[in-house]
Amino acid sequence: MIQGIPLEHFLVVSTIMFFIGVCGFIIRRNLITMLMAVELILNSVNINFVVFNRYLYPDQLQGQFFSLFIVGIAAAEASVAIALIINIYRKLKNIEVENVSELKF
Amino acid sequence: MTGYNYTILIPIIPLVMFLVTGLLGMKWKPIVSGLLGTVGMGSSWLLSIITAASYFFGGHHAEGFQTIIPFEMTWLRFTESLVIKMGVLLDPISVMMLVVITTVSFMVHLYSIGYMHGEKGFQRFFAFLSLFTFSMLGLVIATNIFQMYIFWELVGVSSFLLIGFYYQKPSAVAASKKAFIVTRFADLGFLVGILILSFVTKTFDFAQLTQPGTTIFGSAASMSFLGISAMTWAMTLIFIGGAGKSAMFPLHIWLPDAMEGPTPVSALIHAATMVVAGVYLVARMFPVIHFQAPAAQEIVGYVGGFTSLFAAVIAITQYDIKRVLAFSTLSQLGYMMLSLGVSGYGGEEGLGYMASMFHLFTHAMFKALLFLGAGSIIHAVHSNYMYDMGGLRKYMPITHITFLIACLTIAGVPFLSGFFSKDEILVAALHHNKLLFAIEFIVAGLTAFYMFRLYFSVFWGKDRHYHHTPHESPLVMTIPLMFLAFASIFAGYLPFTELVTSDKVGFESEMNYMVAIPSILIGFLGIAVAWILYKKESDIPAKLAKSWGILYTATYNKFYFDEIYLFVTRKIIFNYISRPIAWFDRHIVDGFMVGIGTVTEKASYKIKGMQSGQLQHYAFAFVAGALALALFMIYYLM
Repeated sequence: MIQGIPLEHFLVVSTIMFFIGVCGFIIRRNLITMLMAVELILNSVNINFVVFNRYLYPDQLQGQFFSLFIVGIAAAEASVAIALIINIYRKLKNIEVENVSELKF
Repeated sequence: MTGYNYTILIPIIPLVMFLVTGLLGMKWKPIVSGLLGTVGMGSSWLLSIITAASYFFGGHHAEGFQTIIPFEMTWLRFTESLVIKMGVLLDPISVMMLVVITTVSFMVHLYSIGYMHGEKGFQRFFAFLSLFTFSMLGLVIATNIFQMYIFWELVGVSSFLLIGFYYQKPSAVAASKKAFIVTRFADLGFLVGILILSFVTKTFDFAQLTQPGTTIFGSAASMSFLGISAMTWAMTLIFIGGAGKSAMFPLHIWLPDAMEGPTPVSALIHAATMVVAGVYLVARMFPVIHFQAPAAQEIVGYVGGFTSLFAAVIAITQYDIKRVLAFSTLSQLGYMMLSLGVSGYGGEEGLGYMASMFHLFTHAMFKALLFLGAGSIIHAVHSNYMYDMGGLRKYMPITHITFLIACLTIAGVPFLSGFFSKDEILVAALHHNKLLFAIEFIVAGLTAFYMFRLYFSVFWGKDRHYHHTPHESPLVMTIPLMFLAFASIFAGYLPFTELVTSDKVGFESEMNYMVAIPSILIGFLGIAVAWILYKKESDIPAKLAKSWGILYTATYNKFYFDEIYLFVTRKIIFNYISRPIAWFDRHIVDGFMVGIGTVTEKASYKIKGMQSGQLQHYAFAFVAGALALALFMIYYLM
């Protein structure tokens, strides 16, 4: 529909983004990199929302609005997460995720 | 019929007094609580007298007395058919009981102001007295058997509280526990009896249960258990409840110990009012027990007869003045039960019923008088034992005269109230059961003997060595004595045969001289023997006691019933029933619960290492789980 690009192409891109995000979250040690991975996951979902809205219900806008909400909440989440990371840095003098392991039995 | 709405106030006033003196009493001087309680009780008493006067003497009652329910409300509604009500029921016996209870209670309140003066817990005492009076009044005006049961238990609680009034004294605590446990045990029978009865009849209401010619027992005939009909079971079980409260053999063991309480309490609860609750219960259920369960009525008669003989024999050998009176109470309660047991229904046939209620009334007056007199003596001498007393007639003239009147009354001396009521019981027994008549005849002699043994050894004989010269009690204590002495003399002239009868229709009765003259003679014989043995101090009683040997010892120790009970409970029930159950509870039930806890704790120690604190481990586990679930859904559920 959008210049003849079929739906599946968008879905493949968003799926790839999603799994890159998940892998990044699990594998990377740096907290900021992990935060970026989370952003990737959120944005892959955004793509899905927008694309499904465009392809399935072209005369409605719910999906697009939803993705705007997600962008807003992601911004808030990023600010909270960075505040936490700054505090962790002040305490530990680094931001390696293995070192943040005090909350257990 | 209306116009009796004020009767609801009769129990409410003592309840309010209980709450006020109980909650606020400590803020005031002690005497304020005493006066408040007494004034409240006095107004209840006046209301009862007014009720009785207008019920019995207002209007004519040729067709008998009506049962009036001036007030009733639904208290609990479980289903359409299972409803528990509270209310006020007036019929001849409940009106009579209102008079008995409020009169004795008022006198005891007044007396206690003097007797309990300066005691620690004066306010508490009056609060509990009010609570007891409230419960007892609620019991007698109950419109249904369930309401009666509730107040029955309340009465038991207040009795427990008052017996244990001197709670620093171990013997008082033990006595209150004993009274509570024994009566509570009997109440179990009462409760089961109520359940059977209401299961058969589908009602709790006395008015329906005791209606003549009622058909609600139609389904009962076919029901039986172990070859005994359902109604016999129900009435026997209800009688067990009554026997517990009225201390019938073999549940009598608590009453003598209950004398540990203050003497006014013994007078009110353990002589005049609470212990007759059992008699009242049987009288209340009388049409049911008579027509539906004649076997249970036989039991009532024989238990009553045996108790009266048994207790009279023990009373002869006791030295504690209050215990003598306690066994005398047992014996007289036995009389009342026996009288109900031999009674028929309607007119002359119902003589036993009438006699029982009559004796209940007169007994309440003279036994309260005896106890209050004993209290006055104890107050002066500071001892309960007859061998610490003697020659008191010089020091306490009013107590002496009133006590003598009470002794003459209980001994059945002609023209005093006890004579009339006892005579009616003997006549009723003679008509229906010769064996019980013979027992009662002997007991009449024994009663006269043991009462005058008490009288002579307390008021005659030599002076003892007293700590200080005994003095007459203050006026606030002697006025109740005088009033009750007056009542003891003249209560016998009330026309009970016209007022309180089994079918509520009055009848004429005449003195039966064939019974009256021998019973007078045996009464005088008892008095004469006591005169010879105890008027002047001598060693004849001791020698006589020795000549009876083992029999005397057994009687002195109350036939070892306390010991038998202790043996059965401590040695048999505790060892062979309670201990295994306790073991089961401790090891199996508790063990199971503890086991669950231990297993959980041990398991959590093993798996707690999985919680590493590493965020990425958790994230991996989460994603792996989500993936596994997705795969499962795709390949197995699609």
